[in-house]
Amino acid sequence: MGREPIRFCPAATLAYHSCPDAVAEMLMRIAPIRHLLLALLCALTLTGCGGRETRVEDGDREQVLHWGNGTEPQELDPHIVTGIPEHHIIIALMEGLVLKDPATLEPIPGVAERWEISADGLEYTFHLRANARWSNGDPVTAQDFSWSWWRALQPSLGNLYAYMYFPIKNAEAYATGKLKDFAQVGIQILGERTLRVTLANPTPYFLQLLDHYSMFPVHRPTLEKYGDPSQRGSDWTRAGHFVGNGPFVLKQWELNKIVVVEKSPTYWDAANVKLNAINYYPVENVSTEERMFRAGQLHITGSVPPDKIAVYRKDAPQFLRVEPYLGNYFYRFNTQLPQLADPRVRRALAMSIDRQQIVDHVTMGGQLPAYAFTPPDTLGYTAPPGFAYDPEGARALLAAAGFPDGAGFPPTELLYNTSESHRKLAVAIQQMWKRELNIEITLNNQDWKVYLDSVANGNYQIARGGWIGDYVDPNSFLDMWVTDGGNNRTGWSDPRYDELVMRLAPAAPSREQRYAWFREAEARLMEAMPVLPVFYSSRNYLVQPSVRGLPPNLLGYPLFKQIHLEAAH
Amino acid sequence: MLRFILYRLLQAIPVLLVVVTATFFLVRLAPGGPFSAEKAVPPEVLRALEARYHLDQPLSAQYLGYLGDLLHGDFGPSFRYPGRSVDEMIFSGLPTTAELGLYALLIALVLGTTAGVIAALRPNTAQDYLPMSAAMIGVCLPSFLLGPLLLLVFGVWLEWVPVSGWGNVPGDKILPALTLASGYTAYVARLSRGGMLEVMSQDYIRTARAKGLPEWVVVIKHGLRGGLIPVVAFAGPAFAGLLSGSFVVETIFQIPGLGRFYVQAAFNRDYTMIMGTTVFFAVLIVAFNLLADIAAVWLNPRLRHQYRKPAA
Repeated sequence: MGREPIRFCPAATLAYHSCPDAVAEMLMRIAPIRHLLLALLCALTLTGCGGRETRVEDGDREQVLHWGNGTEPQELDPHIVTGIPEHHIIIALMEGLVLKDPATLEPIPGVAERWEISADGLEYTFHLRANARWSNGDPVTAQDFSWSWWRALQPSLGNLYAYMYFPIKNAEAYATGKLKDFAQVGIQILGERTLRVTLANPTPYFLQLLDHYSMFPVHRPTLEKYGDPSQRGSDWTRAGHFVGNGPFVLKQWELNKIVVVEKSPTYWDAANVKLNAINYYPVENVSTEERMFRAGQLHITGSVPPDKIAVYRKDAPQFLRVEPYLGNYFYRFNTQLPQLADPRVRRALAMSIDRQQIVDHVTMGGQLPAYAFTPPDTLGYTAPPGFAYDPEGARALLAAAGFPDGAGFPPTELLYNTSESHRKLAVAIQQMWKRELNIEITLNNQDWKVYLDSVANGNYQIARGGWIGDYVDPNSFLDMWVTDGGNNRTGWSDPRYDELVMRLAPAAPSREQRYAWFREAEARLMEAMPVLPVFYSSRNYLVQPSVRGLPPNLLGYPLFKQIHLEAAH
Repeated sequence: MLRFILYRLLQAIPVLLVVVTATFFLVRLAPGGPFSAEKAVPPEVLRALEARYHLDQPLSAQYLGYLGDLLHGDFGPSFRYPGRSVDEMIFSGLPTTAELGLYALLIALVLGTTAGVIAALRPNTAQDYLPMSAAMIGVCLPSFLLGPLLLLVFGVWLEWVPVSGWGNVPGDKILPALTLASGYTAYVARLSRGGMLEVMSQDYIRTARAKGLPEWVVVIKHGLRGGLIPVVAFAGPAFAGLLSGSFVVETIFQIPGLGRFYVQAAFNRDYTMIMGTTVFFAVLIVAFNLLADIAAVWLNPRLRHQYRKPAA
């Protein structure tokens, strides 16, 4: 190994030969800026070449992972942020009571070395490990969790993920200000290293929530040192201030440039952390990111430009990863509109879309056609197809609803947020509807924030939507469609559905029974079709072959302490 | 001269006030709020956020409060980046953007004037058409096309320069500076060609030639001084334009500058960030225009008389 010799650099040679004689003579006459210009030329050209070992090769040798991280993190405060780039950094810096096995997504011990669950599924008792440490050496205690969770529920903090706590008894009442006494929330300190959590309902996915950053502990003395812990706008998360309990510590955070984390010596499992550092780059432009990958500047990207997927598949499949992802793509119907009020119309629209064509020729990124709402095999749950591609049946339904061969169907608008990929899909579906049902759909695109407002206020007819599960459980996809749910936004309401999802499934005695309730709910959802599923998402990204310990999973969840780099020889 | 500068400074105040006021109300009129998100925001969270950033107050109170903060040089906290102030973000990106802009301006001036002068020396010959056609292409080629093209050739195929970054690896500043400079280079070339053509037909040039001076002395010593006045006048506003217009180049080359904040703030409805960057760029543009005007007055004695005290 070692560094390659410096290569011949044509740019500098060219500049050297062309600069002094012809240009410099003219420049001599422009005396005041001469020095500046010469300095500029030198700065631009003579430094044009250097060591040619790529960043990735260097990283492989030094165990430094170069990670393409999408956007600049909003913050690194786990109780304020909401995004995936933030998630990737925070899980390196902090750790919750449990972790997930990246291969199976089953809970594995984190700060808690073991836990007991009461027979009724309501009481969780966590035993924290004795050697769990903050990065400043303080022990991680049950008090740390209790205080951190108190803080995460303060309404003044504006925590958008406060709802992750709502399975805990009285947490919702406290977060919404209805309950003032935190002692009544189901969080109990039984000892320095013992914590008991009491739930309102048995929640089979509760352990998964503990691995979400919104439930991570924060270091109380640090937060109190840098401001009011219950308010935004503190700078405790800056490099030099940050104290975490994860496998890495924050070394550097340069706005829009880089976030560097280094291996933490105080982490309880430090012996098994193989990477020495992770460098996160906020690369928003997917083409730039792909170029950086190709030039050996990144080990891993967040995505692949859609038009490059086929190229990679053909020419460089060893770099490309196409994996199922716990998300879906759908169209919401505004069920309050006269022409969309009849479920037969909505089902006709759903049944006339050839989803196989769409995933094969429009999205082309390994997505799966969706005939139900919840992605398949979500922790063992797969909904039976709620309908099929059946243009004949669709025409019959539309005719039965009073629009034979599309006659009399009012012009209807399909809304999406401005983006080439949404537009392509909308055009394809618009044509399928025209061809199969003979109805006219117009397309309308709006800027992201305008689109969000339009959908939230019911100011649309048909609108694109997407959903990514917060945790691997059908509940994450089905509880959004309950009557007046904040994310429903279709105006649809079904008391039986609400009962199944809100009352029966949470109290189900077994997983089989619970999933049976969910299947019934999902069948009702597809029968009424307030939402038209198009496809189940996939994750397309690029990885250098030297990256090990990054198994595919539905959440795109990396366990950084398992990742290491092995250079190919 | 002092009178002139004072006069122009006073003029700048209402200009900036109009910019602040118009931007303040326009961003709040735009549909979509800073806190709208794909996942529904619970009402109590929304209330807490609005209270935190004073969005629950009447618009007039918000406006007056903002003006008050502005007088103290405080742009307020960013909505999108809750741990950061707008001041901090602007000043973290400014040095990079300014450096990029300076390189681009210098490239534009050097290449542009060279091409323009060469073209002007033999108008309507190949020596004129070649650089001027190149300049026309330079004006027309948008940076979002030119940047990736240059990257593909020099970064990916030839591997002469890095494909992204700023100041990380030697040579990573070359392509961004060239890309940003291209349009301005072309403009400078056309300006200097025009200026030179006009000057080179003047009587004093003929005199200089008649004295038997070598042609390059005539061009550089006598021609350039007058021929480049339009370029000097253009340089000030051009620099302000380079600073505020570097968004595309910053995105393509992954440069941590100011341009990205400026544009993304609008998409994020980050009210304070929109205000901060807009006001900041407004001040820059006013300042550079003022500098350009001062330079123009200084170069042109006829203008100077307008601002002189009436002779006693």
